[in-house]
Amino acid sequence: MMINDDQERFHILLMGAVDDELDADERKEFARLLAQYPGFVKEFEDYKRLKEATKAMRFKNPPAELWDSYWLNIYNRLERGFGWILLSLGSIILLTFAGVEFFRALVFDSSLPVVVKIGIFCLIGGLAVLLVSVVRERWFVYKSDPYKEIKR
Amino acid sequence: MELILDTIETVIKPGLGPEILHFKDDQEAILQSQRGNRQAFGFLVKKYMQRAYYTALGLVGSHDSAVDLSQEAFIRAFRSIKKFQAGKNFFTWYYRILRNLCFNHLRDRARHARPFSEIREEELESITDSDGATGAVIERNETQRLVWEALESLKEQEREIIILKDMQDLSYKEIAEVFDCPVGTVMSRLFTARQALKAKLERLYS
Repeated sequence: MMINDDQERFHILLMGAVDDELDADERKEFARLLAQYPGFVKEFEDYKRLKEATKAMRFKNPPAELWDSYWLNIYNRLERGFGWILLSLGSIILLTFAGVEFFRALVFDSSLPVVVKIGIFCLIGGLAVLLVSVVRERWFVYKSDPYKEIKR
Repeated sequence: MELILDTIETVIKPGLGPEILHFKDDQEAILQSQRGNRQAFGFLVKKYMQRAYYTALGLVGSHDSAVDLSQEAFIRAFRSIKKFQAGKNFFTWYYRILRNLCFNHLRDRARHARPFSEIREEELESITDSDGATGAVIERNETQRLVWEALESLKEQEREIIILKDMQDLSYKEIAEVFDCPVGTVMSRLFTARQALKAKLERLYS
């Protein structure tokens, strides 16, 4: 039971020792455990080596131009984000207004024969269905395309 | 509305472009950013962009995604900078946004991508490359290749904590802030992650 408690405590302190993040009391406790259980010394050495191996990892530096343009890209994206919101908002308002006006003009225009009105509604309805269908298809293809990140 | 007016002012007013203001510390820059000053936010971006990029690279494993996700995280950070509590560490707060984006990205690509393995050949560099000793470089590269292979096979959260500690040099306190947990939990999670890494490496070596 004691060894299990000590082992659990040792594993917690072990990380602090490997990363040099133990305070004075913990260091003493860790040293006591090392002295008490010789098997822990090997484990300590193993984890120190593991830490050295992971610490030695370095990523290659990206092209220097990346850092020159990094903030500029963020700045532009921030600015354009607001621009797109305004543009979309304006477009929705205007298109909705135009749609309602068009619909009203069509319905209340008594000079247009009913057949023509039906024809126009079918045409608009058909275009809307086709548009939605194509957009949806493209969306699903984009979401499941395994090669979308390959530059052609 | 204030945001829109600020944007319009920034766009039309000469001299108010993507120039960066300089501050003596993060807190001052954050305070200005919270007032909508984008040039002040530029100071924070410049200061943390490399750390952000390399952390994202470690998590998602591709240069393009790391650039895109780290920049997107900065954009989201700016948009919610008013929620940032004064006195806290900016990077750990930013990192929470970044890790969510990275994990979502990984989940989206999980079915058909092998992102992490791209790093090994293309973006991983041995620190011993400059040693000039060919034998040592090859040996170290082989070791690093194995370490990466082992890292790649870890769970996302295990890989993450090792990257934060060993590659990003975050202290236990900073990691605890990121995960919103006590330091003891960080040590325990780190042990679990390193134990898993050690086991994978032993398997690879054998």
